[in-house]
Amino acid sequence: MTIPKPLRNLPVHVILILAVIVFAFPVFLAFIGSTWDAGTIGRGQMPLTPGPLLVENYTNALTSARGSRVSGYPVQILLWNSLQMAVAIAVGKIIISILSAYAIAFFKFPLRMFFFVMIFLTLMLPIEVRIAPTYKVMSDLGLINTFAGLTIPLMVSATGTLLFRQFFLTIPDEYVEAAKIDGAGPLRFFWSIVLPLSRTNIAALFVILFIYGWNQYLWPLLITTSRDMETIVIGIVKMMGTGEAQTDWNLIMSSTVLALLPPVLVVVLMQQWFVKGLVQTEK
Amino acid sequence: MQRRAIFNNRILPYFLLLPQLVITAVFFFWPASQAIYQSVLSQDPFGLRTTFVYLENFRTVLSDPLYIEAVQVTIIFSISVTLLVMTLALLFAVMADRQIRGAQTYKTLLLWPYALAPAVAAVLWNFIFHPSIGIVGRALNEWGVPWDYKLNGMDALILIVIASSWKQIAHNFLFFLAGLQSVPPAIVEAAMIDGAGAWKLFRSVLFPLISPTTFYLLTINMVFAFFDTFGVIHALTDGGPGRSTTTLMYKVYSDGYVNLNLGISAAQSVILMIIVSVLVWLQFRFVEGKVHYA
Repeated sequence: MTIPKPLRNLPVHVILILAVIVFAFPVFLAFIGSTWDAGTIGRGQMPLTPGPLLVENYTNALTSARGSRVSGYPVQILLWNSLQMAVAIAVGKIIISILSAYAIAFFKFPLRMFFFVMIFLTLMLPIEVRIAPTYKVMSDLGLINTFAGLTIPLMVSATGTLLFRQFFLTIPDEYVEAAKIDGAGPLRFFWSIVLPLSRTNIAALFVILFIYGWNQYLWPLLITTSRDMETIVIGIVKMMGTGEAQTDWNLIMSSTVLALLPPVLVVVLMQQWFVKGLVQTEK
Repeated sequence: MQRRAIFNNRILPYFLLLPQLVITAVFFFWPASQAIYQSVLSQDPFGLRTTFVYLENFRTVLSDPLYIEAVQVTIIFSISVTLLVMTLALLFAVMADRQIRGAQTYKTLLLWPYALAPAVAAVLWNFIFHPSIGIVGRALNEWGVPWDYKLNGMDALILIVIASSWKQIAHNFLFFLAGLQSVPPAIVEAAMIDGAGAWKLFRSVLFPLISPTTFYLLTINMVFAFFDTFGVIHALTDGGPGRSTTTLMYKVYSDGYVNLNLGISAAQSVILMIIVSVLVWLQFRFVEGKVHYA
């Protein structure tokens, strides 16, 4: 041990700091781009320091999203659409999966294992794989361009059910017996005991599903054709179009920063739950 | 497996299961069976007559040079993404696992890209690698390295690999870090007492011990590269230039939704279903192994 400890760790810090910088660089550049005018960016002369147009660009993006070449849809509406979609998917999936997990874990009934396997099978096929037939089903049901059509198919998945079932199996038998002796039925037990005990699991799952919902791309692309249902992620890609040099990059970049802020904030502020949820849902 | 103490109620469990079962049946089993059903049918161009054609659609798909090309693109793309992501994520995880100052801060600062949509990652990297306005794209061209991802297929592939990997590293980093932190400190100390250096420690002790995590991430990254990168490709290259970034997933989309060839698209979906099923099955086999190693 001839080298003092802080110095021995120096290469480690250098690598990690480099990683942090490379990770953050695209977002930093997007932020810089969102503070300049389209002309400066289009000439390829954007400096690496913030420009004077921060407030103008963001105000424009939020309220109209119209530039000289881009005619987007106001970002405040797109953000609102994405928020509704993400929350609906997260809450919907949590409700249906906690109920089905409760049935599977706390009751004995004919076909129990059959239903469990049926739910389990959905792990096999992400929605992308069965996109065309699912679209066909949606149009047969008249759900194209509806909020239900946008969100409900994305609630199909086994991960929530598996997570809650796993947790329910750890609730001691004595709790159930005590509840029965006190005269509590299954619904009362669910509401007063199981639900409060599941709080952290629900929070963890919510964070993961919120990100999942917010970032959906292919499904909203197919199912929403009217602009007032457009999500922020799709709205930005449409604004960028074929990515010509002479376009309103300042507008696109301010919209991009607005689009990535909500999910990044959720991950950073709820990091404990996020890590828990990520590790558990994928196990 | 079931718990011992249960409720006796004949009807309630079915009501609790109902919402999940209904949406699973309507939005999962119905379309999945439709895909299998359509994959053995052929429609005439006007959609008037449908005939049963056995595995004809599969033969058409698998003997189509364009499909083989998409298979090659998918393999190159997914292997590149997986290698890049896992190498860097493991490096960062090993570094962040050290007892260093600010480990938690580093963790937070490396974690957040997970929150980004692949399509948003594509927009961000486009802004960097754009041949005429991007800071790196312009620099490359000025230094005499011709760079234009809209003209050159290899450039396009490189760009979608970078954009996809950037988003995925955070996820792998987290799992590698969790894996490394679950290695008992006693084992590490024993190796150090035996005189193992940092590299030897990693190579002979840590890496074998986290191999279940590594294998798990391998399958997860394959699934990610196959499907979740659709947004990156759609936003950046639309499968081009030419077909240089048309992956299997992108081809299902363009054949089925853009060109409306249902039988062929369904056969492609079924092939993808088989690939995913194999990957998920492999994953579960190895998650079984994960429990025993500690």
